[in-house]
Amino acid sequence: MELIADLAVQGVQMALVLLLAPLLTGLVRKVKARLTRRQGPSLIQPYRDLLRLLKKEAVLAHNASWLFRVTPYLVFAATWVAAALVPTFATGLHFSWSADLIAITALLASARFFLALAGMDVGTSFGGIGSSREVMIASLAEPAMIMITFTIALIAGSSQLSTIAAFMLSPEAGLSVSLGLALIALVIVAIAENARIPVDNPATHLELTMVHEAMVLEYSSRHLAMIEFAASLKLLLYLSLIACIFVPWGLAGHGAGLGAYAFGIVTYLAKLAIGGVLIAVFETSIAKMRVFRVPEFLGGAFMLGLLASLLLFVVQSQ
Amino acid sequence: MTSILVHVDQLPTAFRTAPMPRHRVDARQWNQAGEALAAGELTLLGLWAHGATVHMALLDQAANRIGIVSLGNRRGSFPSIGRLHAPAIRLERTIADMSGLEPEDAPDSRPWLDHGRWGVSHPLGKLETSWAKAKPYPFLPVEGESLHQIPVGPVHAGIIEPGHFRFTAQGETVVRLEARLGYVHKGIEKLIQGGDLERGMTLAGRTSGDSTVACQWAYAQAVEAALAVKVPARALYIRAIMAELERLANHLGDFGAICNDAAFAMMLAQAGVLRENVLRAADTCFGHRFMRDCVVPGGVSRDLTAEGVATLQALVAAIRERFPKLVALYDNTASLLDRTVATGYLKPELARQFGAGGFVGRASGRDFDVRRNLAYAPYDELAFEVPARDDGDVNARVWIRIEEIRQSLSLIGQCLVSLPDGPVRAEIPVAGEPREGIGLVEGFRGDILVWLALDAKGRIARCHLRDPSWFQWPLLEAVIEDNIVADFPLCNKSFNCSYSGHDL
Repeated sequence: MELIADLAVQGVQMALVLLLAPLLTGLVRKVKARLTRRQGPSLIQPYRDLLRLLKKEAVLAHNASWLFRVTPYLVFAATWVAAALVPTFATGLHFSWSADLIAITALLASARFFLALAGMDVGTSFGGIGSSREVMIASLAEPAMIMITFTIALIAGSSQLSTIAAFMLSPEAGLSVSLGLALIALVIVAIAENARIPVDNPATHLELTMVHEAMVLEYSSRHLAMIEFAASLKLLLYLSLIACIFVPWGLAGHGAGLGAYAFGIVTYLAKLAIGGVLIAVFETSIAKMRVFRVPEFLGGAFMLGLLASLLLFVVQSQ
Repeated sequence: MTSILVHVDQLPTAFRTAPMPRHRVDARQWNQAGEALAAGELTLLGLWAHGATVHMALLDQAANRIGIVSLGNRRGSFPSIGRLHAPAIRLERTIADMSGLEPEDAPDSRPWLDHGRWGVSHPLGKLETSWAKAKPYPFLPVEGESLHQIPVGPVHAGIIEPGHFRFTAQGETVVRLEARLGYVHKGIEKLIQGGDLERGMTLAGRTSGDSTVACQWAYAQAVEAALAVKVPARALYIRAIMAELERLANHLGDFGAICNDAAFAMMLAQAGVLRENVLRAADTCFGHRFMRDCVVPGGVSRDLTAEGVATLQALVAAIRERFPKLVALYDNTASLLDRTVATGYLKPELARQFGAGGFVGRASGRDFDVRRNLAYAPYDELAFEVPARDDGDVNARVWIRIEEIRQSLSLIGQCLVSLPDGPVRAEIPVAGEPREGIGLVEGFRGDILVWLALDAKGRIARCHLRDPSWFQWPLLEAVIEDNIVADFPLCNKSFNCSYSGHDL
């Protein structure tokens, strides 16, 4: 019986992230539009876009290999699984015991690996540019992510997100410099991973400046829908991750009652809304950085992560 | 041996009011002119062919004089200027495409505007029907280790004009950029031939949509000079108001668009509102947002009413109040300045050599403005400053625009205050003999040249329209070298050359 309840919670979580991801993207776009004095598309426009893309005929390059066709599904599946592992409204998710923060990082990395390969598959110059830039960014973002994971794991005593969230809610967790540094580093990594300004511009029409968009330029219809959906999911994933580690209040514990779950969902929605608005405000107030500034930016995240874990040892050895 | 400089003798006071004389030269003097251009004593204003004659418009910037030299009776070829002076190369390739006169010993014999898809060849010369298949266009070779090519366009991801850019890059660093243009060739110079003055005006206004006022003013100047028409003072002031509104709208648009290319969408939105205000005011006052077909030979087609004056005064006041806030936002956004400062540096020598007009030249130390150097009415009666800098990067081109917006606001204000009364259009007489005239106007991009030859019946024998972009496109290629590929859109937008005006 407990297993069924666990599976039900896990199922709700999986459906929830899928349902909310396009809405979050829509919210960010809407707020950005309002900030630049535009009406902006409706909040549910991303859903309509996905539906429209699914209905369209797929156009493939003559020399596209099986990899090119399979990648969108791989990327979507990997991102969805990763998103399902982050506690959104409740800790103690059934699947989350089988995978920790490192597994989530690895899932996202493999999705990117395939996407970069697919970008080069048809041999257009933009795909190549996009892939090379994406991998450059990833090669800097991933070490930073690992350092953040170490810091948090050292503090909470586990790399398991449910345990981390439970620890953060407990009175043992206090304010610490390391946590602050890890938060800043995680925000930087999230910006880079999600191809947001100032690292990349998801709304650009300038093919020469694109990173993520250049890589997926050759995709159409259902393939593009999968990739766009995966991108929305990834944004949701990072926001959930930050919320779960740094603002875990409202999360329902394992085996809590329906009321706690409902409260968990409401607070989760509020957290997402706040996160989405913050992204939009940040993106509106800053210009994109030069491509070669990105390593410095992400290098900063790595150094912060490193500093955070070193500080822990300094504190412990006293 | 007399210097070629004696042929560059026309003061603005002379060629603005009377037909433009041409100096017939022989091949030796023609080459001498080429050498003077190469030595930097003269600046090339234009190079075009009419029948079997090639004409070259020259500017002596030190003395503020211009002149046209003509080399006649050519049998299929003429001595190349491009072999001495690079800015002439594309103009000569165009002459070969359009008129069939080949430049001798030219450094580049590839076609330029003619992509082999017109169905005819040499539309301005000996017209031949040719359905020869379009030949592959060889781009300039690049040699070196680990280079790769990136073909961009002619169809782009955004809604912009078509042009092909061939990048050769080493990683992210651009080693060479070569542009191929001509995709929006409309055959304007052919269509204009044999037409009446009205048709000429219509077509001149459709060469480049964003500078329609400047193009039509240059054309009207050429007509008025050829036929020695005295334009009423009120019409001149209204023309200046329209030209400055056009400059204002375009500079505001560019200011926002450059920032948007650095993903700073806020500025595009804010500047876009101001630009829209300008266009709406233009629509209210002159019946067309871009004021197309408002400047006509002899004057203007729409008078400015008292309500119009009030509308424009309110517009100037509104922009004066809101624009400084945008400038402050630009100047205080470090992430934006990080993108524009030191990006796309144009050397002053190149700006001078190519005679780059507008913000491109003035941001790189070429302190030249037709409104001041070759003044035309009513600018000779108005007070304004020509901003110039020599840092030559994207930031400098942004700041020249900012300064020019301030100057335009002041100019509109002055025109509105001292707007004379009287008629706004003069009669255009029929000369009864062939006449030639030149028009030279400062558009928002730089100096627009129109050369017009009328036959005895008053019809257009030849009209040559030279957009400022002719001398700016090649510089864009120079500017992007050693920059990174991802900075090209920013450099390109800071130049904002016209495809349509260039491809004609």
